Amino acid sequence: MEQILQQMPIVIGALNTGFLQTLKLFFVTLLGALPLGLVIALGSMSRSLVISLFTRTIVWIVRGSPLMIQLLIIYYFPGLVLHTPIWGGGESGRFLAASVAFILNYACYFSEIYRGGIQGIPRGQDEAGLVLGMTPRQIFFHVKLLQMIKAIVPPISNEIMTLVKDTSLSRIIALQEIIWAGQSFLKGSQGISGAIWPLFFTAVYYLVWNGIMTIVLGRVEKRLNYFR
Amino acid sequence: MAILEVEHIQKSFGATRVLDDISFTLEKGKTLSLIGSSGSGKTTLLRCLNFLETPDQGVIRVTGEVLLDMAQPQKQTAALLRKKRLHFGLVFQSFNLFPQYTALENVTLAGSLLARERPDYREHKKDILAELEAQAMDLLTQMGLRDRAERYPHQLSGGQCQRVAIARALALHPDILCFDEPTSALDPELTGEVLRVIRELAERETTMMIVTHEMAFARDVADTVIFMDDGKICEQGDPREVFDHPKEERTRQFLARYRQER
Ligand SMILES: Nc1ncnc2c1ncn2[C@@H]1O[C@H](COP(=O)(O)OP(=O)(O)O)[C@@H](O)[C@H]1O
Ligand SMILES: [Mg+2]
Repeated sequence: MEQILQQMPIVIGALNTGFLQTLKLFFVTLLGALPLGLVIALGSMSRSLVISLFTRTIVWIVRGSPLMIQLLIIYYFPGLVLHTPIWGGGESGRFLAASVAFILNYACYFSEIYRGGIQGIPRGQDEAGLVLGMTPRQIFFHVKLLQMIKAIVPPISNEIMTLVKDTSLSRIIALQEIIWAGQSFLKGSQGISGAIWPLFFTAVYYLVWNGIMTIVLGRVEKRLNYFR
Repeated sequence: MAILEVEHIQKSFGATRVLDDISFTLEKGKTLSLIGSSGSGKTTLLRCLNFLETPDQGVIRVTGEVLLDMAQPQKQTAALLRKKRLHFGLVFQSFNLFPQYTALENVTLAGSLLARERPDYREHKKDILAELEAQAMDLLTQMGLRDRAERYPHQLSGGQCQRVAIARALALHPDILCFDEPTSALDPELTGEVLRVIRELAERETTMMIVTHEMAFARDVADTVIFMDDGKICEQGDPREVFDHPKEERTRQFLARYRQER
């Protein structure tokens, strides 16, 4: 116990640094995947059979295979197989590859949620708007958009909570996120070795962050509760 | 002169002919009831008039102006189509109110968006919007909903929702207001309040086309009645004539079925 207390400041410092990288991946993923998901959703609903078939196949592949494999392929495939390392070396290269894998993966999940939200709006809303002389654009922005947002907030929230935890998968390509930071004290780092507790302790960070997310996303959901 | 002239409207979905040579006229200030069994094409006819469907053939004229002539199809620009649409209003069976807006906002929304196209909009924005709101309040009052103006659709009963929908349609001053089974989605005890406001509109000489299964109401409120059967107009005329002395066998059968049900 005493030993843990001694190790605490060093470990916390390292875990904080790791968690910063975790958060960076988290926000970059959201920033990229939320809009890209909309593009993919529109693609999968496209009237052009080629576009919709192509998009749906990609979504099927991405959602049907483990994110961990996707991370490995995206990080290693260009360098080891094609002999054209596109990610660059070091931590920044790993971060770039991880970002691309996460954005692609989450965009595919988001796209299915968006699609449900768009197609879930009753046809009558369009027709009521048209009959009242609104343009399709006005109908989208003034009638349907908010209803769509309301419909997708709960499932998107679920994905966001999963994303917090999924970032740990980037450990597989040695991204120096919080799991990597916790594990380093097992092998030995900054004079501490053979310590397993820092790795266990990382769970606290995820819990706290997900707690914050629960509150924030719950508020958004509540703000939209004034209508049904 | 007739405010609405419909000539030889024809419409098929795939191989099924849903409207077959529909022709009729409607005088300004008069009420027309459309009756007929389900699947006879009543909804499709209203949807054609409101440009939600395009007929395969036929002519639609409002106050003499040709809105649609499939013999001389012109390219409909979106803006032109929108202007033509505004000659008609449509009240849906399922209300189709906008859930995220209050009753008052439901009534003002379309008008306030249209007002943006006025050249003096920027200059007089406040006055224009205030006027739209005052007018909407009047309509809601007329519908007996003055104290419900700030409620959202989910806080209103079905009958109240339908009355908001009627006010919303009236706000754009359509030449002809169409109703597609306005009380069919309502509990029986709520149909009365909706029928009452439609009756009041008829007394104020609003030009209306009403699809309904409320036979007593159709007979009472209408100046003309059209009985549709299998996509055709089977019989039309004065409601007392059609209801009490139907000429066609199909009309007799249809009306007999309704009498039995009650
Ligand atoms: N969009 C559509 N596609 C195919 N068939 C349709 C469509 N809309 C209506 N119909 C068919 O047209 C016929 C008339 O329908 P409708 O106008 O709704 O009749 P009503 O309102 O008198 O019950 C029905 O047989 C219906 O199945
Ligand atoms: Mg119908």
